[in-house]
Amino acid sequence: MQPYLSKDMDFIKKIEQAALVNNHPEFNAGDNVTVYYKIKEGNKERIQPFQGTVIQRRGDGSTETFTVRKISSGIGVERIFPVHSPLIDRIEVNRRGKVRRARIFYLRELTGKKARIKEKRV
Amino acid sequence: MLGIIGKKVGMTSIFTEEGKNIPCTVIYAEPNVVTQLRSIETDGYRALQLAAGEHSEKHTTKAMKGHFAKANTTPKHVLFEFKDFRSDIDHDVKLGDEVKVDIFHEGEFVDVISNSKGKGFQGVVKRHGFSGVGGQTHGQHNRGRAPGSLGASSFPSRVFKGMRMAGRTGNNRVKTINLQIMKVMPEDNLLVLKGAVPGHKGCYVIVER
Repeated sequence: MQPYLSKDMDFIKKIEQAALVNNHPEFNAGDNVTVYYKIKEGNKERIQPFQGTVIQRRGDGSTETFTVRKISSGIGVERIFPVHSPLIDRIEVNRRGKVRRARIFYLRELTGKKARIKEKRV
Repeated sequence: MLGIIGKKVGMTSIFTEEGKNIPCTVIYAEPNVVTQLRSIETDGYRALQLAAGEHSEKHTTKAMKGHFAKANTTPKHVLFEFKDFRSDIDHDVKLGDEVKVDIFHEGEFVDVISNSKGKGFQGVVKRHGFSGVGGQTHGQHNRGRAPGSLGASSFPSRVFKGMRMAGRTGNNRVKTINLQIMKVMPEDNLLVLKGAVPGHKGCYVIVER
């Protein structure tokens, strides 16, 4: 067995392939999205929406995640979702944002009018 | 005992049906070759010697070449003995037979043996889990991770053998027990185990049950 480094990545991709979810719309940092997340309480299952701005996407394959930030009663709340989690019912893109970087962490320091993001004109 | 020699490919994670994200290690195990059969008559114990990993002809000694020729196979890198391997059927096993990952089944628990990653020369906090000084005050300023006293003074007038000190850390034989098999992929010679496995990517690992 030689060190098959490129082949190794193929093996990992092969395993991840089965679990990938491809029916989500494309979205990126700066977009305003609503994530409908399934929550189990005992035997009951309900769907909870979480609406906010995507501030980053990271990783690839089945380990890819994205972070959504929203202001909830004056307090910033961030939530990290795995893109391919089976607990995500669906994702809706409400608004495409025009931003210059892939990770818009500067948004954390901004509030009010300064925290606005320009809409992307397609 | 049932086992196979493989290679650590790396880690990933897979989702269960309930949505749980399980961290997994991927192991690549090409079919192993049976190179020796130990029996009670000749060796005093029953075992199966497996070999894996191609080795260059040039770097194999004549003695080992003879050993591999007996099993009618090419020189291999790693040899390992599994005691009482599949004791129910091992009277059928012959030299040169192949052992594949399909000896394992999903849901089984296995142990994995490998050499851990080398950490170099490390202090006692990392190496032995000493707690360090635990504060900056009470006269401390530059010994937060110092080992402290090595023993008493005039008696015994020496440091006891085995006193835990700083030194080379890691690169030891480590066995991780009770890892669940998440997936067996015999057509790709792959095993997916739940949790982490000692060693760097590409290192040889022994998976046994």
